[in-house]
Amino acid sequence: MRKIQLYTGLALIALVIAAGLVSLVWTPFDPIRVTADRLLDPGWPHLLGTDAMGIDIISRLLIGARYCLIVGIISVSLAAIAGVPMGVLAGLSGARSGWVDEVVMRVNDVVYAFPALLLAMLLAAVAGASTVTAMVAIGVATIPAFARVARAATLEVAASDFVLAARAAGTTKWSIAVRHVFPNIAPVVGVQASVGFAMAILAEAALSYLGLGTPRGTPTWGGMLRDAQDVWYTQPVQALWPGLAIALAVLGFNLLGDGLRDVLDPRLREVR
Amino acid sequence: MTAILRAAGLSRAFGSFEALRGIDLEVCKGQRLGIVGESGSGKTTLIKLLAALDQPTAGQLWFAGREITGLPERGLGFLRSSLQIVFQDPRSSLNPRMKVGDIVTEPLRSKLVRRELQGVDRKERLREVLAAVDLPADSGDRYPHEFSGGQRQRIAIARALAPKPEVLIADEPVSALDVSVRAQVINLLADLVDKQGLTLLFVSHDLMVVRHLCDSVVVMQSGQIVERGTTAAVFSAPRTDYTASLWAAVPRIKV
Repeated sequence: MRKIQLYTGLALIALVIAAGLVSLVWTPFDPIRVTADRLLDPGWPHLLGTDAMGIDIISRLLIGARYCLIVGIISVSLAAIAGVPMGVLAGLSGARSGWVDEVVMRVNDVVYAFPALLLAMLLAAVAGASTVTAMVAIGVATIPAFARVARAATLEVAASDFVLAARAAGTTKWSIAVRHVFPNIAPVVGVQASVGFAMAILAEAALSYLGLGTPRGTPTWGGMLRDAQDVWYTQPVQALWPGLAIALAVLGFNLLGDGLRDVLDPRLREVR
Repeated sequence: MTAILRAAGLSRAFGSFEALRGIDLEVCKGQRLGIVGESGSGKTTLIKLLAALDQPTAGQLWFAGREITGLPERGLGFLRSSLQIVFQDPRSSLNPRMKVGDIVTEPLRSKLVRRELQGVDRKERLREVLAAVDLPADSGDRYPHEFSGGQRQRIAIARALAPKPEVLIADEPVSALDVSVRAQVINLLADLVDKQGLTLLFVSHDLMVVRHLCDSVVVMQSGQIVERGTTAAVFSAPRTDYTASLWAAVPRIKV
């Protein structure tokens, strides 16, 4: 029964991935070209209607799925690639030379305390608002989350007898990190990645909505939400579709994260 | 007889708690020393210091005549392959995500090990040590969780033997095992120590096992050595009440 979260999450994510893949080869209508069929209600042939520019909403949603996945993958990878080694370094040196741990984690605290939105505005001001600046801002802002999770997991692994045995065998710190620490903290990092993915999708939507992310005209879910705001009083249903898409994708990754945690955490497993 | 391990005034404090207070100890080549004492008496802290897995807050330590206190990790190569540890619980001393073959040969892969080990054929050595601890030859390709508790402790012993150590430290090696396999593992250990002429430091609170396995013994209480001598002398005529009470606590069957 516990696995129902995992499977629901996987199903929702599969849906998003399928939508993204389909959009690579086929969309029912041109997702960019402006037409005269403005603000049509859901019906045939535009199943979910058209937006204020006369563009088919389903087509835009499909393309949006692709953006959402790209943003998630890039920003989570960025955060994990920077954050996890920092956390492992801090965790491994924590026991013996405390100052490395202190320096690394205080730097992370500074990043953590810096508002992500401000960072996004800063980047947008310097480099111009684009999907890339949004991804970088989201990635940098979530580095501390990965560093902390990795550090906590590393401390646990580093205190285990098999790491002591490895040290007694003359294994270098580097090899201990590669052979013993990374494989054993991978499940925890995986959980954090899937939760971080959900957060990244939401953050990108928010940044696009505020005009700090993907520029107008590109079919992202956040951007569609912003466009829908203009016609909110006459056509509130326009906001429903991108909102629903965001909610389902975020829910999917959150469920995956929770499901993974349940499956991978031995302490929870024993309670079952 | 030359001392292979020597400690002088070894102390270790954790904050204001003194886990070890001024330990003086000499272990000779080929000696089998039992370290006994109740939980919290500092046995495990002591062996972590002896294995250079922890730094003493005071005192000095020599291995084979070379001082090891204060040496950086890369200066400890001679110790790392010459002194090996078998930990209490093989469930936590074997990395669950490594194959047994990789676990056992890990001490041979270190860049720090003695020069004579660097040319050793790891596969060959794996076969030798697996045979020495009576594990199936194909064990190397499997993961630790596929083995029983007793077998896992054999894996840990095989790993300790792989670099041909001179000193073997066993930290309560059977207390996490089923009673039914304890004797097997103890006998295996005794056998290997005999055959390979190892120096053994055996930490236990099972005095019967210590009497069976060791020729000499130190008794620890609250971070200090309160009694030492040959096993026979210490157990037949304990000089402190503490040793006497430890000895009296051993369950015996009256015949």
